[in-house]
Amino acid sequence: MWDYSDKVKELYKNPKNVGVIENADAVGEEGSIVCGDALKVFLKIKDNVITDAKFQTFGCGSAIASSSALTEMIKGKTLEEAQKITNRDIVDYLGGLPEEKMHCSVMGSEALGKAIASYRGVKIKDKSEAEGEIICKCFGVTDQLIRKAIRENNLKTVEEVTNYTKAGGGCESCIPELERILQEELHVADKSEKQEGKIPLSNIKRMQLVEKTITDVIRPQLQQDGGDIELIDIDNKKVYVSLRGSCAGCVASNVTLKYLVQDKLREFVESDIEVIEQK
Amino acid sequence: MEKIIYLDNNATTMVDPLVLEEMLPFLRERYGNPSSMYDLGGEVAKDIAKARIQVAELLGAEHEREIVFTSCGTESDNMAISGVLPQNGDKKHIITSRVEHPAVLNLCKKLERDGYRITYIPVDREGLLNIDKLKESADNDTAIVSIMLANNETGVIFPVEEIGSFLKEKGILFHIDAVQAVGKIPIDVKKLNCDMLSISGHKFHSPKGIGALYIKTGTKIQPLLHGGHQEKGMRPGTENAAGIVGMGKAAELALKSLEREHEIQKLRDSLENGILEKFPNCSLNGAKNRRVPNTCNVGFEYIEGESILLYLNEKNIAASSGSACSSGSLEPSHVLRAMGVPFTSAHGSIRFSLSRFTAKDEIDYTLSVLPEIINRLLEISPFWDSKNKKPTGIRF
Repeated sequence: MWDYSDKVKELYKNPKNVGVIENADAVGEEGSIVCGDALKVFLKIKDNVITDAKFQTFGCGSAIASSSALTEMIKGKTLEEAQKITNRDIVDYLGGLPEEKMHCSVMGSEALGKAIASYRGVKIKDKSEAEGEIICKCFGVTDQLIRKAIRENNLKTVEEVTNYTKAGGGCESCIPELERILQEELHVADKSEKQEGKIPLSNIKRMQLVEKTITDVIRPQLQQDGGDIELIDIDNKKVYVSLRGSCAGCVASNVTLKYLVQDKLREFVESDIEVIEQK
Repeated sequence: MEKIIYLDNNATTMVDPLVLEEMLPFLRERYGNPSSMYDLGGEVAKDIAKARIQVAELLGAEHEREIVFTSCGTESDNMAISGVLPQNGDKKHIITSRVEHPAVLNLCKKLERDGYRITYIPVDREGLLNIDKLKESADNDTAIVSIMLANNETGVIFPVEEIGSFLKEKGILFHIDAVQAVGKIPIDVKKLNCDMLSISGHKFHSPKGIGALYIKTGTKIQPLLHGGHQEKGMRPGTENAAGIVGMGKAAELALKSLEREHEIQKLRDSLENGILEKFPNCSLNGAKNRRVPNTCNVGFEYIEGESILLYLNEKNIAASSGSACSSGSLEPSHVLRAMGVPFTSAHGSIRFSLSRFTAKDEIDYTLSVLPEIINRLLEISPFWDSKNKKPTGIRF
């Protein structure tokens, strides 16, 4: 038995917004009867605002609950606001989904995306001519959807990719390909993280940061105990300091160096800084 | 808790109160080790011996020493197949079917990786085994054939007697997985001409954690586990005395209740016919007249199995499904796919399995609440037009 949240149970027992909107302004479909789950979303749109939303679902309890959640979430929203809803938001609304059921939430956000695209006049292509390359032939999952799911949900393993997209859950022959895409995406994520400030420091930059950290963070703490610190020299990643005041000759000075000075410098400057005491 | 209408007896069964009564002393004061030299333990050995006779009688074994107690059906299956392969060292071919239980299928997949050649015999649309294909596949390289007696999902019975006599003539070892047949139809290992036969206690009203393997006298087989002298070294480890005694009692009760199986069949048929009459978009999975009497597997089109089960659960009815969603895998049951059941109804397949404890009013109740459930899900489905009572015809 799945460990469904109370919200999921509530929504599959009594789903909201079930049915068809006659003369809907936008319709989006995702999944298929062959795959075992399928969702059709109907939208009524006025002045760029979703005034009504209904759904029909062929699928399990979590598919019904995800569809119901989606329609509740988008009512009253502008198209731009609705478009920002990711599968993660649906999962949060539901109070979580079992890992193996994550693809139900992805189905919701995909169907919504298709509905909005169709409203804006973008021709919805069927699976055979879908954008991107079909990676999982069993479930017709494209590399685009796989990459999107990896990014939006911070996926780290092929198993997670299967839980979120169903790709690889059939004959399993695409698993090496999934592994390749995942590695590519992880590599990209890794790079962008580095660019956010983890590029190697120049010597000048390092010196400035060490001085700033000592002045702003370390010295005030030492001064509280009647001590002080003096920066003697910086040689690449070796930082030479001298402890002053009550710190000098304190039996705990080694501890102070390691757990305060070095740790703070490692936290604020670089993770491999080494602090050496000059007596 | 409200009363549960338990229609999932192929998954597991209720422990018969008489079985539980038989077991309790072994969980309380009679805790001695059967190998010990004092009465507290030694007397337990006698009860184990009695249980061995009871199980041997249920299976029609020539001698009770042909029964080895194990921990479950999966262990029995693994022991049977893995145990005889080293004794037939040069033979590298195994025959099984495409619809076996994972205990056999996944072992065969592992053996395939180890260099064995496996032939998976197909079944037809009704789930019946292609016995000609099996006969064609058997050759001098075939070490063992492992076929189930009755399928767990559809209840379809395989012609193991015919297979047994064919293989006996050929001198090929034959293992039968009888886990889903025992207690439901009479079993006579002599008539079936098998060398080994696996059963599991919890499928016929004894507790979980106890199984047995029948091994015909003279069969060369190695144990899976290595250790003490218990079960003549074939299954070392201190005996699960309570489980063994419980399965013995359950075997005795099953033998008696086999005479009443037609009553279970009558209930099963009334459920099945009721469903097929009420729902035109529902069809039977499995050959109608070649099944164990307790099992009914039906496929509802346009709706999905897990949601049917969840709605049944709301009505306190327990059943199971071959749908992808309910199992955690993404594809529907390998059995239904091997039969060529269309995806549209495989995803909506429901298995009801009865037992001697199932009452007529439970079947009536189930039939009375089903329309509400099925119609509600049809309303939600994009593939069914509830207003005009016909499929929408759309496919996506």
